[in-house]
Amino acid sequence: MGASAAIVTQNLSRRFGAVLAVDDLHLQVPEAQIYGFLGPNGSGKSTTFRMLCGLLKPTAGEVDVLGHRLPGDAERIRSLIGYMTQQFSLYRDLTVLENLQFMAQIQGLSRRERRDRVRHSLRAYRLERYRKRRAEHLSGGERQRLALAAALLHRPPLLLLDEPTSAVDPQTRRDFWDALFELINQGTTILVSTHYMDEAERCHRLAILDRGGLVAEGEPLELIGNIDATVIEITGADLKSLRETLSGLRGVWNLTQLGSRLHALLDPGTDRPVERVQGALANAGLQANVSIAEAGLEDVFVAATGKRPS
Amino acid sequence: MNGIRRMWAVALKEFRQLARDRLTFAMVIGIPLILITLFGYAINMDVRNLRAGIADQAGTQTSRRLVADLTATQVIAPVRQAATADELERMLLGNEIVVGIFIPRDFERRLQDPNREAAQLLVDATDPLIPGIVSAVADMPFALREHGATQRMVPRTGRSQQGSLFSMRQFYNPEGRSAVMIVPGTIGVILTFTMVLFTSIAIVRERERGNLELLITTPVRSIELMLGKIIPYIFIGLLQVSLILSAAVFLFDVPLRGTLLDLYVASLAYVVAVLGFGLLISTIAKVQFQAFQLTFFLLLPSILLSGFIFPFDGMPQPAQYFAQALPLTHFIVLVRGILLKGAELADLLLPLQKLGILFVISMSLAMLRFRKRLD
Repeated sequence: MGASAAIVTQNLSRRFGAVLAVDDLHLQVPEAQIYGFLGPNGSGKSTTFRMLCGLLKPTAGEVDVLGHRLPGDAERIRSLIGYMTQQFSLYRDLTVLENLQFMAQIQGLSRRERRDRVRHSLRAYRLERYRKRRAEHLSGGERQRLALAAALLHRPPLLLLDEPTSAVDPQTRRDFWDALFELINQGTTILVSTHYMDEAERCHRLAILDRGGLVAEGEPLELIGNIDATVIEITGADLKSLRETLSGLRGVWNLTQLGSRLHALLDPGTDRPVERVQGALANAGLQANVSIAEAGLEDVFVAATGKRPS
Repeated sequence: MNGIRRMWAVALKEFRQLARDRLTFAMVIGIPLILITLFGYAINMDVRNLRAGIADQAGTQTSRRLVADLTATQVIAPVRQAATADELERMLLGNEIVVGIFIPRDFERRLQDPNREAAQLLVDATDPLIPGIVSAVADMPFALREHGATQRMVPRTGRSQQGSLFSMRQFYNPEGRSAVMIVPGTIGVILTFTMVLFTSIAIVRERERGNLELLITTPVRSIELMLGKIIPYIFIGLLQVSLILSAAVFLFDVPLRGTLLDLYVASLAYVVAVLGFGLLISTIAKVQFQAFQLTFFLLLPSILLSGFIFPFDGMPQPAQYFAQALPLTHFIVLVRGILLKGAELADLLLPLQKLGILFVISMSLAMLRFRKRLD
């Protein structure tokens, strides 16, 4: 494990009764990068996050966060992490200013620091206009900026964002990510969980989780390059029939419709995949253009999470 | 230093939320006023005007005199006339009356015979208080004594004494007014209800709204969070004490014989102790509804076992031991002592200490139960 790892986990597992929510996770999160957790609902993203900030005790395994062992050192990392929960968890009946002041006090900042930081974050996150507005009357984007500002008041070296953009529009999301890259430049390590592909693509590194287990890990381009499947693109008049024909074909793992195109993920061992698909379609009397396509992150995700023959 | 700063941050936040939550604020003022009025007026043990039926078969001057004397006590109020004892029974059954007075045809002759009862009282014993009251009335030395008939009309005592042997002297509440007995304890009952309800909801609500998930990732310590949460309610509790006390003094003429300072010190100790219980509940309950249920779980034994309604000394030993764990038990002693007897805190150190112990125990348990974790 490199000296520049902010988080290291080994054999990390968490069980809720009969359900294994996180299964034997080995992770290494490098410092000053954005590290993404990509996975469907219930894949263990939130549970992992909660273990990383000491909210949940692992059933087994070890966690090292910024040189502190969890869960034993949980209290010591409190001031080192900023945590943005999936749901807005500041006080809806307090104003923007009151929420920020409260969090600054709770973080134990001095009076002077409090004044300076609150003023700064109001400006930096464009919240000055809403200072006196209660959080419940803010829009999704404003609320999210407030949550981020609050999580950063104590300048934590590690920021955990649990599906931070699930309730905001695409423009707000872009702004939000610009703000994250700004933080990376200042040396902050950011862990973000998401199920948006465009967000995942922006991460330095990605961990794809499925049913509690790590199914792929690496830089987005690396993951795309190493995709363990052949991606075939099919266009034709009758996509419905094309789909039905191909779904029965051996070696086809998954079919995704993208507008008027169809992406088929094939077993990488398939011999001359284009010809094979063309042959199958011709046998069914269907007309279509078939070609090898460049894989996207979505294909990587599908290949990693959904390829098990069921 | 940081700890105190964080505790105040929590307290300030709680104050702000409270000031904005109109419903809770209305409850702070409304619950005490409504309850004090209800308890003060409705819990009335000065029983008057029990509906009575009279079956006077004798119809003599003496029998009419007996009825007039009974009526003069104001305890009974004749509302029905009957011809026979059976008819009185039917009236009892139909709840038309709760007491029947049967005076037989040979009333005069029976009065002369020391071995026979002269008349009969039929009492509805389904109500816990009425039989005792009626028997007390029957034991009263009536003017009939002149006729040598005093006690013998009721068979229950079996004694043949002439009039009551003892005269009773009532301390502190010579008129025996219920309001004086009930209202001081009501202060405690109301505080138990409101304080426990508000605090028990306090942490559960943060958990429900997701605030807790964020709070426990911050350096705030459990004790800072807990103390910060109860500070605003201490003020609210004392505010409620003032409200109820004003109502007690101005509405119900309850005397204030001790000093106000002693009363507030005792109230403070009590408020803090019940807040501890509230916090403990809030660490047990998962949702607000459970917190509400648990509040009643504490409230009911408090009302029944603390000596508020039933005399503490009359309870069986195990109940008395159990009642020691209820803050209200000790507060009742304190508040009655200070308000009615004019006692000073120096006379009442023991109940005060017990409240302190209950606070420490409940807070410690709450702290032990509250983990800065989600599992």
